[in-house]
Amino acid sequence: MSYPENFKYTKEHEWVKVEGDSGIIGITDHAQEELGDIVFVDLPKSGAKVRKGETFGSVESVKAVSDIYSPVSGEVTAVNELLSTSPEKLNEDPHGAAWLIKVKLSDSGELNGLLSAADYQSYIGAE
Amino acid sequence: MLETIGLDSEEDLISYLPQDVRFDKALSIDDGKSEYEIVEYFKQRAAQNGNGYRSFLGAGVYNHYRPVLVDTVVSRGEFLTSYTPYQAEIAQGTLTSIFEFQTMVCQLTGMEVANASMYDGSSAVPEAAMMAVRVTRRNKVLIARTVHPEYREVLQTYTRHQGIPVGELQYKKNGRIDLDALSKALDDDVAAVIVQSPNFFGILEDIKETSRIASAKGALLIVVFTEAVALGLIEPPKEADIVVGELQSFAISPSYGGPYAGIIATREKYIRQLPGRLVGETTDAEGRRAFCLTLATREQHIRREKATSNICTNQALLALMATVFMTVYGKEGLRELAEQNLAKALYLASKLPLEFDAPFFNEFVARSNGTSPEQINSKLAEQKITGGLALGRFYPELKNGMLLCATEMNRREDMDAVAAAFAAS
Amino acid sequence: MIKKVSSHIVQNEPLVFELSSPGKRGYQLPDLDVPPVDAAQALGAENVRSEIEGFPEISEIETIRHFTRLSTWNYAIDLGLYPLGSCTMKYNPRVNELVARTEGLAWAHPYQPEEFSQGCMEIIAALEKALAEITGLDAVTLQPAAGAHGEFTGILMIRALLETRGNPRKKILVPDSAHGTNPATAMMVGYTVENIKSNNRGMVDLEVLSRVTTDDVAAFMITNPNTVGVFEENIRKICAIMHEKGALVYMDGANMNALVGIVRPGELGIDVMHLNLHKTFSTPHGGGGPGSGAVAVAKVLTPFLPSPRLERDGDRWTWNFDLPDSIGRVRAYYGNFGVLVRALAYIMAHGGNGLRQATLDALLNANYIRALLEPSYDLAYRAPSMHECVFSDDRQAKKGVRTGDIAKRLIDYGFHPYTVSFPLIVRGALMIEPTETESKRELDLFADAMISIAKEVEENPELVLKAPHSTLIRRVDEVTAARRPIVRWKPQTKASQAAD
Repeated sequence: MSYPENFKYTKEHEWVKVEGDSGIIGITDHAQEELGDIVFVDLPKSGAKVRKGETFGSVESVKAVSDIYSPVSGEVTAVNELLSTSPEKLNEDPHGAAWLIKVKLSDSGELNGLLSAADYQSYIGAE
Repeated sequence: MLETIGLDSEEDLISYLPQDVRFDKALSIDDGKSEYEIVEYFKQRAAQNGNGYRSFLGAGVYNHYRPVLVDTVVSRGEFLTSYTPYQAEIAQGTLTSIFEFQTMVCQLTGMEVANASMYDGSSAVPEAAMMAVRVTRRNKVLIARTVHPEYREVLQTYTRHQGIPVGELQYKKNGRIDLDALSKALDDDVAAVIVQSPNFFGILEDIKETSRIASAKGALLIVVFTEAVALGLIEPPKEADIVVGELQSFAISPSYGGPYAGIIATREKYIRQLPGRLVGETTDAEGRRAFCLTLATREQHIRREKATSNICTNQALLALMATVFMTVYGKEGLRELAEQNLAKALYLASKLPLEFDAPFFNEFVARSNGTSPEQINSKLAEQKITGGLALGRFYPELKNGMLLCATEMNRREDMDAVAAAFAAS
Repeated sequence: MIKKVSSHIVQNEPLVFELSSPGKRGYQLPDLDVPPVDAAQALGAENVRSEIEGFPEISEIETIRHFTRLSTWNYAIDLGLYPLGSCTMKYNPRVNELVARTEGLAWAHPYQPEEFSQGCMEIIAALEKALAEITGLDAVTLQPAAGAHGEFTGILMIRALLETRGNPRKKILVPDSAHGTNPATAMMVGYTVENIKSNNRGMVDLEVLSRVTTDDVAAFMITNPNTVGVFEENIRKICAIMHEKGALVYMDGANMNALVGIVRPGELGIDVMHLNLHKTFSTPHGGGGPGSGAVAVAKVLTPFLPSPRLERDGDRWTWNFDLPDSIGRVRAYYGNFGVLVRALAYIMAHGGNGLRQATLDALLNANYIRALLEPSYDLAYRAPSMHECVFSDDRQAKKGVRTGDIAKRLIDYGFHPYTVSFPLIVRGALMIEPTETESKRELDLFADAMISIAKEVEENPELVLKAPHSTLIRRVDEVTAARRPIVRWKPQTKASQAAD
């Protein structure tokens, strides 16, 4: 699967796509591949605050749990309800339909520290 | 074998251990005994206990008949000597029986999901309280003083260092929880209200009204039971958010306090906050129905310090006893058994002065006048009858109260003897 | 060639609910000797339930067949070796079952007067004494219901002691090889957890330990022998490091089967430990419980033991509830008494010398297996093994076969799998603990099976990857089970079973 050029990535395998003053957050294809069959996604509610570098939820496979770290700070404005009934979507379309949350960015400057698609791909290549 | 390993003697297996860690003396434990001597030793210990007494003790541990089939089933080595069913392909027997257990617990309690069992009823209470704290993200719990006193002590031990303050709710003159006091005590920090029904005095609590009051303030209602036979007859606590209880009544012998089987059941939406093992239905590679342990990510072996609880084991064999018991009695039998218990208790109660006037199941508090409950019990002991529990130990204000339990095992003539002892007091 | 098992007919069986039909019954109650009552009148109609929907209705013979058929779908110790590392699946002597059912013991009520409970109390006292002797510690509580419950009890006592010294402290240290219960327990007692990395021999790294042991550390939780089956030879130094900083040492006794009679933890500086009576002391696992997690403590912790304590008062036993420093109760009543009876019977059958011999035999069996399997599997660590040995699947992984696959193939050979993928510090771990109760014949059959599977991995990995082939059901779909949990039977699923 390709890594969209217009996303920013973290070393913890999350991505963020900026739309105006909002950021849509998801986990990368590499992350879902490592986790295997995802069975449950635990996400915050709309209105919750997330902070860059801190965990806001988790994804579970049958025998593992991984925390999800927010690439940016802000307030959650939308949560992907699809994942509560169909967690398998995260295996099928992690960069599209299976986004996790939408956040109103509190500091767009935070985006500067994130990885580009090319940097992220070379990072996972070396990992 | 030693040759294969390349050693000369078994002692060589430990010779590399540093001298300062080894215990080179003999353990001060008597030499091994034969099977016959072991059986004799325990017969002698049993003889040291009071034997052949007919008992009116309940108070969380009940005297019910154990159908013969129960031991026939649990003595099968395939159940008795098998491990936790992690390997589903060779543990379908245990897994299927636990799935049946979970189902029966739901049917009995009116809940939607139940786990594979807890250590016992008492430790299930703090587990439910911790679960309510996780669900509500609040931190206080309120527990009725009519909940089993030892269960309340266990709750205190568990919550002390987890930042969960515990408040106690008084009971009224009729032996039921004081709902006005509950309304006053409820605030936005209360995660759960914990009540028992039938309560420690045997009395049915008003679950519907308690639920209404608790949920109006956003608190969960946890309903506890210690006498599972009651659920054959009384309305299940459908309004509860979490039900915990003890299944000792279902063919688990009193055994001086354990092992028993606790249960925890709840609504489907809270399933991921349930502690303990859970069996789920699925299919195998050929599409056949199969069962396996599921939602394991809640548990300590995966989530470690973030687990819902440190609980590791369940009480599979005791849960199996309860499952066989429920199967033997079934839909009609459990009701008939419960009706017999109610009839016996009402007969006994009709001959004694009662402390409370609210409806009860198979236990109630009788009040002695002048003579203490302990003295009445001494008189009864002379007739080889174990009387009820003198309540002063747990409720100083009820020092003249005796908690008596009558089950299908108690005979009319013994009940008449108890009545006579009270009358003479 | 598979020597241990042949296939034979196994009975199919639906769920008990699917067998039910109205009016069937398998019970009898005596005639009522008191007047019958109208429940609705006695309790109020609103308090009386309608029928228990879906509850079983089957006959006696259907009941016995139902559960007997289910039982045949299980593997069990009675059928053969259970090489589960750290689980100590040994033979469960049947005399223990008999004595636990002795009428006067099984029907003893926890609230019956003490004068009628002296036999039960004597049993508890005898077991406490024996376990104190075995651990070399000063006092024992038998109240905890299981190992993790014992850990909880032990850490609560540590916290209580440190509080009396003025500061409960903040952290518990846990090696990365520890059982998951250890960190989960620490959290329940209000501590944070710091994981300590093991050294390249799978042992506690003294330098790391010294560095992280600050005044914030309440205790170190150690398993010894550790979860790779190796004795922590620096245990005395470890205890000294902790004690010097005012911290305590908790020992997870899961692996005590390697030490009984040859090492006494109390003499090494351990302050508190639990024992799994359902492992070391042979009480049956029963498909996952009941257990018992007795806890032994050094003198300094005795004031904090759970309430009540058994004490001698002249010529009789009595329960003391007046314990101002106690951590309180961790459960109702006095513990899993029925399990305690079985454990005492086990100790009596062996005697002091027999217990030591059992330990040596457990070590012998583990090292024998290790020697037989070393040519076929990669040892995780070369240090001497005690009661269990740990291999990694490095060699087999090159063929795409992992430890979980080898474990499943073992089922076809008639054995329960070993412990898979634990400890976490070994990649692809195969953790094998045969226990002392296995004969050479059974061990040889097991080793043959393992060696044969190693060959299959080389020649026909697909055979191993798709295993098991001979079981009642094939590999189960755990993913769907977790995604859409079905944890109870409901009538509407009946249609889907019609095909059976």
